[in-house]
Amino acid sequence: MASITLENVGKVYTGGTRAVGGVNIDIADGEFIVLVGPSGCGKSTLLRMVAGLESISEGEVKIGNRVVNNIEPADRDIAMVFQNYALYPHMSVRQNLAYGLKNRNTPKPEIEKRVAEAAEILQIGPYLDRKPRALSGGQRQRVAMGRAIVREPAAFLFDEPLSNLDAKLRVTMRLEIKELQKRLGTTSLYVTHDQLEAMTLADRLVVLSAGQIEQIGTPLEVYRKPASTFVAGFIGSPAMNLIDAKAVPHLPGTAHAGTIGIRPEDLSVAADGPIEISVTAVEELGAQRLVHGHTQGERVTVALPSDSELSDNLRLAYRPGALHLFHRETGKRID
Amino acid sequence: MIENRPGLDFLAHLVLILGVAIVALPVWIAFVASTHPPSAFVSGTIPMLPGPDLITNYSRMLGSGVSSSGTPPVSTMMMNSLIMALMIAIGKIAISMTSAFAIVYFRFPFRNLAFWCIFITMMLPVEVRIVPTFKVVADLGMLNSYWGLSVPLIASATATFLFRQVFLTIPDELTEAARIDGAGPMKFFRDILLPLSRTNMAALFVILFIYGWNQYLWPLLVTTSSDYYTIVAGIKRLADAVDGVPQWHLVMATAMLAMLPPVAVVIGMQRLFVKGLVDTEK
Amino acid sequence: MKRTAFTNQLLPWLLLAPQLIITFVFFLWPAAQAIRQSFLREDAFGISTQFVGLANFKALTGSAQYLNSLQVTAIFAICVTVLSMGVALLMAVAVDRMIRSTSIYTTLLVWPYAVAPAVAGILWWFIFNPTIGILPYLLEMVGYDWNHMTSKSDAMILVVIASAWKQISYNFLFFVAGLQSIPASLREAAAIDGAGPVRRFFDITFPLLSPTTFFLLVVNIVYAMFDTFSVIDATTEGGPAQATNILVYKVYFDGFVGQNMGSSAAQSVVLMLIVIVLTVVQFRYVEKKVAY
Repeated sequence: MASITLENVGKVYTGGTRAVGGVNIDIADGEFIVLVGPSGCGKSTLLRMVAGLESISEGEVKIGNRVVNNIEPADRDIAMVFQNYALYPHMSVRQNLAYGLKNRNTPKPEIEKRVAEAAEILQIGPYLDRKPRALSGGQRQRVAMGRAIVREPAAFLFDEPLSNLDAKLRVTMRLEIKELQKRLGTTSLYVTHDQLEAMTLADRLVVLSAGQIEQIGTPLEVYRKPASTFVAGFIGSPAMNLIDAKAVPHLPGTAHAGTIGIRPEDLSVAADGPIEISVTAVEELGAQRLVHGHTQGERVTVALPSDSELSDNLRLAYRPGALHLFHRETGKRID
Repeated sequence: MIENRPGLDFLAHLVLILGVAIVALPVWIAFVASTHPPSAFVSGTIPMLPGPDLITNYSRMLGSGVSSSGTPPVSTMMMNSLIMALMIAIGKIAISMTSAFAIVYFRFPFRNLAFWCIFITMMLPVEVRIVPTFKVVADLGMLNSYWGLSVPLIASATATFLFRQVFLTIPDELTEAARIDGAGPMKFFRDILLPLSRTNMAALFVILFIYGWNQYLWPLLVTTSSDYYTIVAGIKRLADAVDGVPQWHLVMATAMLAMLPPVAVVIGMQRLFVKGLVDTEK
Repeated sequence: MKRTAFTNQLLPWLLLAPQLIITFVFFLWPAAQAIRQSFLREDAFGISTQFVGLANFKALTGSAQYLNSLQVTAIFAICVTVLSMGVALLMAVAVDRMIRSTSIYTTLLVWPYAVAPAVAGILWWFIFNPTIGILPYLLEMVGYDWNHMTSKSDAMILVVIASAWKQISYNFLFFVAGLQSIPASLREAAAIDGAGPVRRFFDITFPLLSPTTFFLLVVNIVYAMFDTFSVIDATTEGGPAQATNILVYKVYFDGFVGQNMGSSAAQSVVLMLIVIVLTVVQFRYVEKKVAY
């Protein structure tokens, strides 16, 4: 077990393209950190720099108290779970799990013991002598995690490990990963583009955009106090309404803001509400309905109970304290 | 099929049976000739049905051969052909795999230059540079040796490209997983790349074995000692035999024996053979 | 190119070394020698050599024998290519109609690929033997007096048949693969549009097969120009009267038997240029293979 520290880490490719810049993250021992952001935001590059698969152009990465910038991936005491599992197709599940230990000259009885333990934890005992191609997606995913577990590393690195699974399995596996990590207490760094996955798994979230950190915080902190319009729009589903302040000049206390954010679930129908929208579409979700419309050319979405009354024009009110204000030029939060 | 036309189906079968017959005709005649005594060839045309001397002719060729032709027994020549074919096939696969590995998995200065050096061999078939190549081999003292027979033929751009293609389709993540699992380059090559390329190696082996076995000009040039004659090159010496009258029953027995191993490989491993052909041509 | 690469600097060179050494010693060096030789002329005793510029090449263009060899090569290559591809296409189309017996016919048709060209030459040499061969016997019944030892055209026909025979199986395999990659729905659509089997072949199948045909065309020309050396050597040895003396055979003959190094080297250089052109054409094709 170990902490991981990223100090001013950056990645510049030959040719000058900057993928990541000035990233500082302190990951405590045993903590579950999720790097989240849209594709191309540099989250995978960051993870791969920690793994040692990508060279570090700027700054320092420490695992434990050791600077690992120039240390081979194999010697960084980390294990990684890949998106496409990267199981060796010609080896049985047992051989897949044992390969890393064998290369480290672990004694045979010890290898067997650890493989058996991992198989027990992940319930893949019956498949140990099968080849990966004879397994389902979920089983392969478990084997990939098993390969990480047997190593008993200082940290787990996950690179979008669930995105090749179907939606239902993804939810189950998400929970399993969370429980497993709590049980083993291993420091984990997890990359995903799925904000829901990020929210549910993380002790703390790191939201990235264009190679920069937008915000670091617990899921609730990030949800309640998004640090920028980018985070506000990215975290939470349905996404927060971001309205140009000029469209709703009559809202109190918003004079100095450029953009006003209101979450759809913080809006409700009220005869005297300050915002009036004309409805363009309704999506039924079962438990609630999403009503889409616009006011003064700005798109607005409201989450309403499924028995609420609908008409072409709705007047909306918001929960007190539910307004998020953002700076016009920088998009940063104003408190 | 789109519609059922018995007439067309019949025609197709007819064409194919005729084709199979034409393709098989020379070999059938060779086989028939190899089973007759020499007297059968004196009186006009060749017989169309097998004669009584199958065992006599074949055991003579395998056992003692025709000493007056200066060729050793066919069994010796077949052994030489086998050694040459195996050395060529295994050698080509070995050096092509390691080169492809270097080109795909490493970044080093002059990588492209090395690639082009290998590529250019495609444009230099042995027939074209035969005289100077012979001189090099002679200067190196490699005439009349298995090395001289095989080494000059084992550089191969085609095989290198094939393995390059195979390696490029192996996902990057596998390499990364292996690196995290503590495998260095050679361990990765042995534990991951080799097993994953097994089928390609086997398919290529079939093609290269046939290529090696069927070499003609090169063995003819570099072997002057009958100890190193290969069977395909030896037939010609046999057919040119003394007195200008070839002993056809013996020449044809030798031809049959020369065809046997590669044809058996093609028929026995048809799937690998077809895969090998298609792989090397892309 | 791989996303991740190993960082060793010495290892890749060690891995490349065997291939590069063999390439250099047995390919590049001899090729360079051939090019150098082609600008030199040796005296009759091989004692002194002098630089003669393009004289060897000029001599080639003025040599009736060389021009004859060019012509012979062209005729030979065209005949072998057309004959082996034609027969192979016919059989491939026939096999493509089959449902159950495809693999049996394929097995029966592919094995000649494994027969050495030299052996193929010997087999046909025997069949066409003027005194005991079966085909001359049959030809005599229709009044044709076959003798490839004296007749130039008979000799050419012999080497063309022997060379084409061996190549049929190769062409057949690629034509079958090409035919199978044409979606059945296209031929079905044409059938619904009222095209009969023959029309369908010429309007749909043959045009869609053109990438395969073009590829095989190049491969067969290369085969006929270079790989048939042993067919010639095992049978006619270029005769009678130069009638089957193709370019590769002439390079060998002038160099080894005639000991005319300068001319042989110049011929080698010309052949190299031809191979380079053919290789470039072939690679162009590989890039454009996606056309259909």
